[in-house]
Amino acid sequence: MALSNVLEAPAAGFNFENSSRNAALQAGLEGQTPRPMKTGTTIAGVVFKDGVVLGADTRATSSEVVADKMCSKIHYMAPNIYCCGAGTAADTEKTTDLVASNLTIFSLNSGRKPRVVMAVNILQDLLYRYRGQIGASLILGGVDCTGSHLYTVGPYGSVDKKPYLAMGSGNLAAMGIMEDGFRPDLELDQAKQLVRSAIQAGILNDLGSGHNIDLCVITDRGVDYIRPYQESQYKDHRTNKYRFRQGTTPVLTDTVVPLELEVVEEKVQQMETS
Amino acid sequence: MNSRGLRSQLKDSVPVAGFCPQSQFGVQDSLRGGFSSVKNELLPSHPLELSEKNFRLNQDKMNFSTLRNIQGLHAPLKLQMEYQAARQIQRLPFLQSSNLALDTLRGSDDTIGFEDILNDPAQSEMMGEPHMMSVSQILWSFHPVSARKVPDVDVGGSYLLESKFGLYF
Repeated sequence: MALSNVLEAPAAGFNFENSSRNAALQAGLEGQTPRPMKTGTTIAGVVFKDGVVLGADTRATSSEVVADKMCSKIHYMAPNIYCCGAGTAADTEKTTDLVASNLTIFSLNSGRKPRVVMAVNILQDLLYRYRGQIGASLILGGVDCTGSHLYTVGPYGSVDKKPYLAMGSGNLAAMGIMEDGFRPDLELDQAKQLVRSAIQAGILNDLGSGHNIDLCVITDRGVDYIRPYQESQYKDHRTNKYRFRQGTTPVLTDTVVPLELEVVEEKVQQMETS
Repeated sequence: MNSRGLRSQLKDSVPVAGFCPQSQFGVQDSLRGGFSSVKNELLPSHPLELSEKNFRLNQDKMNFSTLRNIQGLHAPLKLQMEYQAARQIQRLPFLQSSNLALDTLRGSDDTIGFEDILNDPAQSEMMGEPHMMSVSQILWSFHPVSARKVPDVDVGGSYLLESKFGLYF
């Protein structure tokens, strides 16, 4: 029985009502559809002696246009876990926020610090459930009671655990540097230099990556979020002041029309100041 | 963890024809459902539509069958009875219930997913007409048990074929 005013409550979660309309529009518009903001990107991470160093560039593109020059790609997940995100910008942010909330609830419930593998498992389940429609490739790094760990999660839910990783459109360039420069048990400065060089290679050789380099160093003593670690050398410097001085535009005529206001009613109310 | 589903269990899931909202007399409701096309009614328009609609159902089924294999038949039987009881705790038919007891039983009261953020039914802009909804629920309660519509929480408002205890084998 289905009367027109008996409402079927909408299911919570994703709503696919418009997907057939969108498919028809895409067929009709043929390439002029709005493009989501992707992070193009080079992200990299390395495990060193005392912890993990994560690095990322700061450019976000929307097809051929740079949408954001100072975007932040290293997201907070837990006080001891940070995550770099490549892929569709909104997807990476929302997914990492969701996992961060879940980890916080877990910490409050159990009184323990979350482990990196827990974040990885939650992410893997989430991304596999949506069969790659959520375009988020992430590199998670953190230090927990079992040691320092570096994982990568792909958009379809694939997980890899390695001592050094690079993801994003610039990952081939970054991986080359990593493969050459990685040694087990690096010192902090060497690890920072390695990640910096890897991201730099991505910035120079990939159109989707650019501008500054952000680093995040996670150790068991705490987190050092260095933003920016290295600034882009192509900052624009204005050579002139472009404000026009007063009086540049000549005034030809001047007309003043006074507004005639009439007092209709006057009411005086005493304010209580005691 | 969520994905060890077996294809054979999909046979009890919500059929695809449950997609388009039916109007009076079973004619396509253009105002609410958009223009009709045979393709839309046969196939879901998005690859995730079917799997999302059945997600909780399939997860429950899988968990219960695993539980049955490990602990024996009594475990899912008792749990299913508790689920049935918790599902009956609802507010008036046109008001949205929080389903806290059901969430606690499922263990989803301390996790946040997309179903808590997006399209929250409590924030829905439309509300059913109170009198019609109450009348419709009373009339349905007289219907034979074979196809019973309960204000359903896991599969948004569609019809479920349930046996007396709501067991899925």
